[in-house]
Amino acid sequence: MTAAVEISDVTKRFGDVVAVDNIDLTIADGEFFAMLGPSGCGKTTTLRMIAGLDFPTEGSLKIFGDEVGTLPPNKRPVNTVFQNYALFPHMSVLDNVSFGLRMQKVDKATAAARAKESIELVQLGGYEKRRPNQLSGGQQQRVALARALVNEPKVLLLDEPLGALDLKLRQEMQGELKSLQRDLGVSFVFVTHDQEEALTMSDRIAVMNEGKLLQVGSPEEIYERPANRFVADFIGQTNLIEGTVADETTIVLTNGARVAAPSDHAAGTAVALSLRPERATLTPAGAVEAADGRTSVDGVIAGVTYLGNALVYDVALDWMTIEVREENRPAGDRPSPGDRVAVSWTTSDASVVV
Amino acid sequence: MSVAKPRGATNTALGLNAFVVYLFFYAPILLLVLFSFSDDNIVGRWGGFTLDWYRDFGENDEVQSALSVSVRVAIISTLISVVLGTMAALALERFRFRGERVFDALLYLPVIIPDVTMAVMMLIFFTSLDDLIGLQVTKGFSTITLSHVAFSISFVSIVVRARLAGMNQTLEEAAQDLYATRWQAFRHVTFPQIMPGIAGGALLALTLSLDDVVITQFVAGPGSTTLPVYVFGLIRRGVTPLINAVSVVMLGASITLVLLSLLAQRARGGSDPVA
Repeated sequence: MTAAVEISDVTKRFGDVVAVDNIDLTIADGEFFAMLGPSGCGKTTTLRMIAGLDFPTEGSLKIFGDEVGTLPPNKRPVNTVFQNYALFPHMSVLDNVSFGLRMQKVDKATAAARAKESIELVQLGGYEKRRPNQLSGGQQQRVALARALVNEPKVLLLDEPLGALDLKLRQEMQGELKSLQRDLGVSFVFVTHDQEEALTMSDRIAVMNEGKLLQVGSPEEIYERPANRFVADFIGQTNLIEGTVADETTIVLTNGARVAAPSDHAAGTAVALSLRPERATLTPAGAVEAADGRTSVDGVIAGVTYLGNALVYDVALDWMTIEVREENRPAGDRPSPGDRVAVSWTTSDASVVV
Repeated sequence: MSVAKPRGATNTALGLNAFVVYLFFYAPILLLVLFSFSDDNIVGRWGGFTLDWYRDFGENDEVQSALSVSVRVAIISTLISVVLGTMAALALERFRFRGERVFDALLYLPVIIPDVTMAVMMLIFFTSLDDLIGLQVTKGFSTITLSHVAFSISFVSIVVRARLAGMNQTLEEAAQDLYATRWQAFRHVTFPQIMPGIAGGALLALTLSLDDVVITQFVAGPGSTTLPVYVFGLIRRGVTPLINAVSVVMLGASITLVLLSLLAQRARGGSDPVA
């Protein structure tokens, strides 16, 4: 099957600034694909290159097998939902949505009819005559979606589409976008800096930082097996416990403890053990037998944060502090600051990152 | 919503202040209008109601010819400066190019330099054309129009640029993403967005052109003079209420222009201009 988008060795420079640094990326047809990273990581530039709003300085960019390198945006079978929507303020909802069709010389009646269908699809029937400034943020975002989808793009590009919405609306729209994508079967390429959003919505995620592509994988792969420190730290919460590789099954932590942690890095490589707070287990000191196959370190509770459904403990080890997250339990049954505890995990709970 | 309201003495003082300010603004205009209907040769002495001065205005060939020059110069110079000023604004706002800052600074020069300097510059420019490239320019209609274009461009481009700066540039990208060519994006998205700016700039250019005395006086030739310059000349020969009548007509024209432009901006709101 031909890939929806195929990016090979693409670099984008703005003057001396390298916005996108030699990336390779393939997005499959019908995939919900997220590009995730902090601001300035190059994710939006990558999206704009797919849209044709920026052109690669080097490399090849194909959409369904056709090289589109420097093809202008109006000649590409993709449409974009812009950050802050970019609705045309002087046009009604209907005129906004039918704009793309009219530019493609679809006759007026057909354009209006298809625009109406598309407006119904995003549940805005009855709002055709409104101006964008008469709509709420959520409604504007639906118009932006309808305006792009009415053209039946082969790939839909979304640039932080939910960024301007409040939390509740954002969660609602996440669900709607996801089911819309499933129904239409079109690839959605979605740029976000919100890791939770990326995890909940996408089939696959590309994590970028400083113009480089760090890891591409399913949400689970990215979360469970981060490729490096940056990914481990950027996606969710994690404890990075520093150490050095001893052999392929063991690393030596800063305090000299040898812990079981399989990795394929050469002996002597400085690494970190990424341990998610919710994957660590807290027990009273001395209760864990090393024989269970568990790695255990001793510490003292330094603080407790109450989150309602969960509790986060700061556990002071001899050389660092780590976080452990547990489900809430009755007040009498919780360890309290000053208690001596053991933090333990199995090899599958933690991953070794460089 | 609650608004703090001044009370007592403050309120009275503010009211009085407002009254004096408006009096200061409008009393001269009222007097001007009033004495344009006065049947007496001396302005300021009421001699009963008459429309003679307006009849004079209509029948006086010199006034009529000056009026016609004024109107033609204003329209032509406005059209030219709106096109050039808008293009300059677009270039400065949308593109980065060599010498952009210099161009930017030079473009706004006519706004800050004194009229009389501009007038001398224009005069020297037109006379030196003969020496430099052997082009003989007769001072008159065309030199007046060109001079007006020269200063109007700056004003138009300032107004249009302010509007462009306030416009979301992503709109053009969105249009192109929706299959519009660059030209279509301009025509259907950018242009309607900056239209109020262009209209405002045009109005400003029209008003400035109709008003100008200093520059026009330097570059006007025999037989072609604009209305304000003509009025200025009349004053030296002695003030009659004819001047009042001419001024009232010009005032009326200005007010009509402003109202029209307000109406035009209010009326936008109909259907989308995409055909």
